[in-house]
Amino acid sequence: MFENLSGKIEKAFKMLKGQGKITEINVAETMKEIRKALIDADVNYKIAKTFTDTVKEKALGQNVLTSVSPSQLMVKIVNDELTELLGGKTEDINLTGNPTVILMAGLQGSGKTTHSAKLANFLKKKGRSVMLAACDVYRPAAIEQLKVLGAQLDVPVFFEMENKNPVSIAQNALKAAKEANAKVLIVDTAGRLSIDEEMMAEIGNIKKALNPQEILFVVDAMTGQDAVNTAKAFNDVLDFTGVILTKLDGDTRGGAALSIKSIVNKPIKFMGMGEKMEALDTFHPDRMAQRILGMGDIVSLVERAQEVFDEQEAEKIQKKLLKDQFTFEDFYTQIQQIKKMGNLKDLMGMIPGVGKAVKDLDISDDAFKGIEAIINSMTPGERKTPDIINGSRRKRIASGSGTDIQQVNQLLKQFEDMRKMMKSIGKMQGAGRSMRGMPFGR
Amino acid sequence: MGIFNFFSKEKKEKLDQGLEKTKSSLFDKISKALVGKSAIDDEFLDNLEEILVSSDVGIETTLRIIERLQARVAKDKYVGVGELNNLLKDEIGKLLDENKSNIPTDFSDLKGVKPYVVMVVGVNGVGKTTTIGKMANQYKKAGKKVVLGAGDTFRAAAVEQLKIWGTRNDVDVISHGMNTDPASVAFDTVKHAVEIGADVAIIDTAGRLHNKIGLMNELSKIKRVMQKVTQDAPHEILLVLDASTGQNAFEQAKQFTAATEVNALALTKLDGTAKGGVVIGVADQFKIPVKYIGVGEGIEDLQLFNKQEFVDSLFKG
Repeated sequence: MFENLSGKIEKAFKMLKGQGKITEINVAETMKEIRKALIDADVNYKIAKTFTDTVKEKALGQNVLTSVSPSQLMVKIVNDELTELLGGKTEDINLTGNPTVILMAGLQGSGKTTHSAKLANFLKKKGRSVMLAACDVYRPAAIEQLKVLGAQLDVPVFFEMENKNPVSIAQNALKAAKEANAKVLIVDTAGRLSIDEEMMAEIGNIKKALNPQEILFVVDAMTGQDAVNTAKAFNDVLDFTGVILTKLDGDTRGGAALSIKSIVNKPIKFMGMGEKMEALDTFHPDRMAQRILGMGDIVSLVERAQEVFDEQEAEKIQKKLLKDQFTFEDFYTQIQQIKKMGNLKDLMGMIPGVGKAVKDLDISDDAFKGIEAIINSMTPGERKTPDIINGSRRKRIASGSGTDIQQVNQLLKQFEDMRKMMKSIGKMQGAGRSMRGMPFGR
Repeated sequence: MGIFNFFSKEKKEKLDQGLEKTKSSLFDKISKALVGKSAIDDEFLDNLEEILVSSDVGIETTLRIIERLQARVAKDKYVGVGELNNLLKDEIGKLLDENKSNIPTDFSDLKGVKPYVVMVVGVNGVGKTTTIGKMANQYKKAGKKVVLGAGDTFRAAAVEQLKIWGTRNDVDVISHGMNTDPASVAFDTVKHAVEIGADVAIIDTAGRLHNKIGLMNELSKIKRVMQKVTQDAPHEILLVLDASTGQNAFEQAKQFTAATEVNALALTKLDGTAKGGVVIGVADQFKIPVKYIGVGEGIEDLQLFNKQEFVDSLFKG
């Protein structure tokens, strides 16, 4: 995500290496590089300048007090400042009110409809009953789009095909949500330009009519210098409560995130990481700053894994593994769960130190396709007892899955190795029980 | 320049209005930077740098423009504000000028190609489907028979959206519905265009982020499949860029060009506050011409790009 930016800052830091302390002279060049990197990352020109000025001041002030290397110190200062600029602490979504009304607003094409649905999915998973309201009466098929997404998620969508007045649709939606006893109403609106006075007045009126608990400004992470103007204009009219940063699964450096928070002082609450309905993460400024500096984001990875993996299922598989009853069917289930976690490259990018390494690597979501095809070409009996897979069966599986015998052999070998390994771990754990009394046993 | 007779005066004003909002300030700033100056000094260059960078022109292109301006000034011996302004416009214009593309520059003369096949690509939310709806309108106005292909089979209701544009323009829309193979939609669209003797076939594709290798490969496939019907199709591969996009537009242009040999650009949403400055660098680096600009959501809100007007509007004040 922010790999490019961290690469550049890293380069700037390299220039500091080997120098005893931060001075006016050695810091100037580094600051210039950081500023360039930030602007290249679409951070607003002025904000980048303020940022580097602050960092410089802090750097010059601090060097007397500490004995760490200048570059380590700079990393810390830049990291702290970035975290600060990105919003300090994590801010949760406000779910007060009955129903909670969430109004979505933003430019055309920023991803409002998709993120209305993603947010519905997110809240539904947290056990809330959600209703969506389709108030984009302008873009062709916008209502249809929300209806399709609602049906996919099994979330009711309020719409009025004949009604061309978004304010009255919104009011009716609120009534309907109350009647249906929905706990959350998410109101999708048309994309609008901040200089379109009529349209801005309209969304102002929707706000007045609904009195929403949350007004979320949806903004494309690829936005350039204009992010500050747009964010300011929407904030002036709506006084929004938070920001959703979308399309962060692209390779944009996402400087807009750095700009928006500092210009309107509103928290970034969510980030969109892909087109799947699950691809919505809460925004963590501290982690994002670490990510910018190439420190990875292992916490997000673990959280995503926890959310996707069914705990009981995992426990069942673990038991099977240890008892050496692990079958290809279980293996297949595991692959499905890993796939649910999202784009493989994103996942790897979250592992500290890996982000930069995978930047140019071609890792597609199809990585499992061959394996899936092979497993699918096995008979149920073969999946349960892989030992029966002899030469002719291997040939059949290979031709059935469109692979070759080598690939089938490889998979069978890997599977066997894994089983052996798990068996020995199982034995060690069994033995572990009797080790409790020993000095290093627990 | 006959093409611009197409647009009423009102249309031109709309572009000006859009560009003016923020771009008038560009001129103001330059003028201010020049008050009482008789030569280009560091302060002026700092100001110019700030102005260009805040229009999303990007550091590299900005430095290039400044370099070229300095070289010109050294040669031409600049004297006044007006003159410097002209030199600046001229240098920016040159960056937009150099391209290797030789696609038709308007809606009426398709250089004898029939059907003229256009494939529209870009990241999510830039306005591909809307641009196609507006293009169909312009082609029809120029007396062309148009067929549209609903190749965005992924995003919910995208097919429906294109069909509505088809009805508005009264043109055929070839569709296989959602979640079908976009390459086969493209194939059938071109085939249908040949069969009914259409002049233009425009194929929509799903928005995709350029770093998704699988999806980019899919685009290459869509392109290849069309060639089974007409060998040199698609004749135009139009990359749609959102004017509010920052430096990521370079990466978009790079990856989409690698996958599909983009030979035309459309810059959308220019009626907002975004300045679209990044297109200067993109056009220069990839030698691809900007063909269209989008200035609104209405069916008429598409214009052929006119370099002079674009640059002039940048400095209008």
